Amino acid sequence: MAYCSTRLKSRPTYSWVGSPLLDQKLHYQTYKEMSVTSNGCSTEIRIQVGQFVLVEGDDDENPYVAKLIELFEDVSEPYCKKRARVQWFIRFCEISVSKQHLLGRKPDVQEIFWYDYPACNSNIDAETISRPVQVVALAPDEVLPTALKNEKTFFVKLSWNEENFKPLSPELFAELNKLQEGSPRGQKPMKTKNSSIDSPSWTSAKHGVKRIELRHSTSKSHQIPTHLVTPRARKRLELGSFPVTPHTRISQQTSRVPLESPRRTKRKVASEITSPSKRSQPDGLQTSSPALKAPEKTGERRRSCAEQDKASHERPMILRTRVPALKTTEISQEITLDPLRGGKRSSVVPSVVLKPQKMKKREAQTPDAQDEATSTPHRIRRKSSLLTLNRIRQQLRFLDGSKNDKEEEEFLPAAEIADSDSEEEEASTPSLPRKTRSCVSRNLHSSTKSSLHTPSKTPKKTPKPRMPRSVTPQIRSRNLAVRGPASVLEEARLSLHVSAVPDSLPCREKEFQDIYNFVESKLLDHTGGCMYISGVPGTGKTATVHEVIHCLQQAAQANDVPPFQYIEVNGMKLTEPHQVYVQILQKMTGQKATANHAAELLAKRFRTQGSSQETTVLLVDELDLLWTQKQDVMYNLFDWPTHKEAQLVVLTIANTMDLPERIMMNRVSSRLGFTRMSFQPYTYRQLQQILMSRLKHLKAFEDDAIQLVARKVAALSGDARRCLDICRRATEICESSCQKPGSPGQVTVAHLLKAVDEMFSSAYITAIKNSSVMEQSFLRAILAEFRRSGLEEATFQQVYRQHVELCRMEGLPYPTMSETMAVCSHLGSCRLLPVCGSVVEHPPMNQEVRVEFPIRAHARVVGSIPSVGCAGGS
Amino acid sequence: MEVEDVSENVLQVHLNGLLQINDKIALKEITRQLNLENVVGDKVFGSFAENLSFILEALKKGDRTSSCPVIFILDEFDLFAHHRNQTLLYNLFDISQSAQTPIAVIGLTCRLDILELLEKRVKSRFSHRQMHLMNSFGFPQYLKIFKEQLSLPAEFPDKLFAEKWNENVQCLSEDKSVQEVLQKHFNISKSLRSLHMLLMLALSRVTTSHPFITAADLMEANQLCSMDSKANIVHGLSVLEICLIIAMKHLNDIYEEEPFNFQMVYNEFQKFVQRKAHSVYNFEKPVVMKAFEHLQQLELIRPVERTSVNAQREYQLMKLLLDNTQIMNALQKYPNCPTDVRQWATSSLSWL
Repeated sequence: MAYCSTRLKSRPTYSWVGSPLLDQKLHYQTYKEMSVTSNGCSTEIRIQVGQFVLVEGDDDENPYVAKLIELFEDVSEPYCKKRARVQWFIRFCEISVSKQHLLGRKPDVQEIFWYDYPACNSNIDAETISRPVQVVALAPDEVLPTALKNEKTFFVKLSWNEENFKPLSPELFAELNKLQEGSPRGQKPMKTKNSSIDSPSWTSAKHGVKRIELRHSTSKSHQIPTHLVTPRARKRLELGSFPVTPHTRISQQTSRVPLESPRRTKRKVASEITSPSKRSQPDGLQTSSPALKAPEKTGERRRSCAEQDKASHERPMILRTRVPALKTTEISQEITLDPLRGGKRSSVVPSVVLKPQKMKKREAQTPDAQDEATSTPHRIRRKSSLLTLNRIRQQLRFLDGSKNDKEEEEFLPAAEIADSDSEEEEASTPSLPRKTRSCVSRNLHSSTKSSLHTPSKTPKKTPKPRMPRSVTPQIRSRNLAVRGPASVLEEARLSLHVSAVPDSLPCREKEFQDIYNFVESKLLDHTGGCMYISGVPGTGKTATVHEVIHCLQQAAQANDVPPFQYIEVNGMKLTEPHQVYVQILQKMTGQKATANHAAELLAKRFRTQGSSQETTVLLVDELDLLWTQKQDVMYNLFDWPTHKEAQLVVLTIANTMDLPERIMMNRVSSRLGFTRMSFQPYTYRQLQQILMSRLKHLKAFEDDAIQLVARKVAALSGDARRCLDICRRATEICESSCQKPGSPGQVTVAHLLKAVDEMFSSAYITAIKNSSVMEQSFLRAILAEFRRSGLEEATFQQVYRQHVELCRMEGLPYPTMSETMAVCSHLGSCRLLPVCGSVVEHPPMNQEVRVEFPIRAHARVVGSIPSVGCAGGS
Repeated sequence: MEVEDVSENVLQVHLNGLLQINDKIALKEITRQLNLENVVGDKVFGSFAENLSFILEALKKGDRTSSCPVIFILDEFDLFAHHRNQTLLYNLFDISQSAQTPIAVIGLTCRLDILELLEKRVKSRFSHRQMHLMNSFGFPQYLKIFKEQLSLPAEFPDKLFAEKWNENVQCLSEDKSVQEVLQKHFNISKSLRSLHMLLMLALSRVTTSHPFITAADLMEANQLCSMDSKANIVHGLSVLEICLIIAMKHLNDIYEEEPFNFQMVYNEFQKFVQRKAHSVYNFEKPVVMKAFEHLQQLELIRPVERTSVNAQREYQLMKLLLDNTQIMNALQKYPNCPTDVRQWATSSLSWL
């Protein structure tokens, strides 16, 4: 873990050298020089404006290369006040794989390209700059001078603008060369001294000369001055610089959170991109050197690329490592670079216009975004709908192809959306290409990218449940490992299990949208509210809400919405309605209290000012079970959100649409409000789509079979669970019916029909067929008695008389009362007869049993008797 | 996979609806059988609510790949459906349908309409996988079962006896009268439990002096099985009580099963006594009342409404719990029944 150790060892401090030049129109101060001192050692590096520097990215081996244009201090940034503006260079390995061929030749290891891409953010955190480096500009046909062939020198021949390679413009070439010559020592970046002298042309106004200490020895391999900040800085950089237009100062914002964990920062950054903001600086500085701005991205990319194998090598500067790096990270690059294309496409167009960034992004997104997105003006709406669509699309695509090359294309749309919205980082990692390369996340993303792209509805598992108790409940672990699915059918069965949560919920886009909008608006407004969601079981109510929450949690991590706390209670998982207080309190604070005390504490928390500013989202599943005589539980649940201080959003779920009107008092239902939503049962098309999405990659079912089951279930209940159950059963039937164990073949319509029959046909007829002779004749006696009396209920005595008659006619032995009673109670116990008068409860009284037949039971018996073989009289 | 392997790799939880009559007890029992952390010895600590959240937490934490599968076997499943809110069932089904600890729930019940007992949200979570075990065999198989049940196993220590015994059983199964008995029994009920009952009664007659079951034993056992219990009670009644029952029977005939009270029965009885004064002793009213109450205690008659303290017992409405045919059959077998009484039983107008 060389990486870790180096990182820990050197935590450099950055300080300005010289007095600030106050920018006339800006509220920040610019500097010409910066010194980097490592805590651990006494070395100091000076970095001046105009020098070429290495900027830390994700990959310590291949840091980004950039030219420092400006150093300034931004007071508006709370954390990272030291900012730098750079012109990026890009390494060959950072260019998207699909475009690398445009070069038409093999690049030299040390070759870098002027990144002429204005959309790339050039504003970075100064503390990510690690040290100076030498860059030499060469004519396109010039051969790399052997003298420069040391590992620490880069040379530039061409510029890259994300479309094609171009020779450097003469002015640029001259400028670069001038720099080079002007700072001969700049060519040896490892020497610390040169940093201060590197580019005299740029450092015209030097104030105060500080001592220059040897910070980097020539070997310099182990001392990485900036390391502590680096991992974050890198990521910040990546994100900030990524597709953003040059006018915005996002990277500045993004880099201000150095103390947070890398991941976290990432999200922050992303969110800041979307909500750009008040800090709209008059981009005088930035725009002043448009040419210099573009390469920013290059540098980053290069760096991130290089960093990948940092762990194995010593210094980011070493160029030879880049090649292996390229190889090892091929896959991730494939993915990660593609989004860039998308991002570029979208951002190039609007980049010229000065606009609030959000607007720009939106604009950028629309061309390649889905049609639905454009129609709605409200940002939320569009965003979330895109999200869902994107998710579904991703999932479907993912099912289609399992090869990398396919994935590459698949992820494109995701990237486009994400880099404009930057909301769904988790789901669409590729949008942030460098993230993939980041040391932390690289493994995850590259190895399990498929699963990670849409982690969607598994949040249940990931957040560790709060366990305030000392004892942690645990089922013992299994002895035998789970066997993987052996056949297609087994695999199908796995993916058909209800628990195999799909990556997205097909057919619930609208509902998702509405709930999402509702909660998001409440979150953004810092208000509270209630929503009532109804629908018959198995229509995806809870799943949809979970998905919404998951998306919102991601959005919160990306800072798109304020962070919120999510609590879920289920009426069915409570022993008693008042326990809901205990559960809520425990999940909110970890406290344990009795129901009454918990109610008080919660009321205090929600009704008084001053508690945390975080909004709480409360999901109450199976609301009807919280009904009490006084309805105080429901009243409280709906009353809290009405308080301004509570910031409580309550989502309630129940089965019946008219629950508020039916069981709630006026004062309760009035507080619940009229934000209602009802989930309609799935139609057969929707069920079909659900099944298809789960089975897409498996050739386990015939298409007709899927349609059949969808239609059957839709006609019966529209319950998705039922649909899945039937399909699972059908796979079993298919498996058992097939003789050859190896190749069970596909599930056909016949198998499905059998499964449907099994589940929906009632067992009454079989039961009657298999009952004893006496039982059958007793049933016929009942029918005869019904016919005689014209009523649909009869006392046991009446039936007994008929029964005796019948037995006499059939030549059966005379049945005694006790025997007949036994027959009757047997029929009653398996509910072939609905026996009232409590045969079971009061055995001594059973003489006077009334055998009552509700109409349905009657119909059932009448219907089934003929199948027994003898029509009951008449 | 071998059965032992499987049983080693799963946890089993056995519950019975007759024992775990509510969710609170059931949860404690589950916790105990799973041997979770809040179990000390045989005691489970914590309140009902705590236990519930504890178990849910425990089951939620696991996942398919790491946790040991749990099989829940719920005997008398229909009784669990009567628990409040069906909390236990909902949670078990919910866990089985979500990516938590892998569990399987097996419910055993004799009720065919079990699905109708489940609440709709519980029902939706139920996989609808039903297996019906029916007694679908015919009489030949029944006979075979009879033989198998009676035969002594090969490892019986006394080989000689076992051989003889089995021979005897074989003979029995071929005996006409035995087959008749069995057929009759089979007609009434196919359940093996009732067959066992029959065979147990026959077997209990086996002694050292009477080492083998005979057809007669079986026939007698069958008679015991099919005996009418009410008729047996009637056999033990006094003449006065029989007279009262006959009076009630007539009242039933006249008023078409409308309830009657003691006074009506007493009047009817008085009419009979006046006609046949010589053959039946005229008991005093309190004595007749006592006999009437005795019949009530034997549950041959039953008050229509609950006995209230205020109501006069003479006027309380009663119903007869015997059928006419039962009375007549019982009378035929009744020892030393006066002829007049018997005649009166056949017709209320016999004095004409």
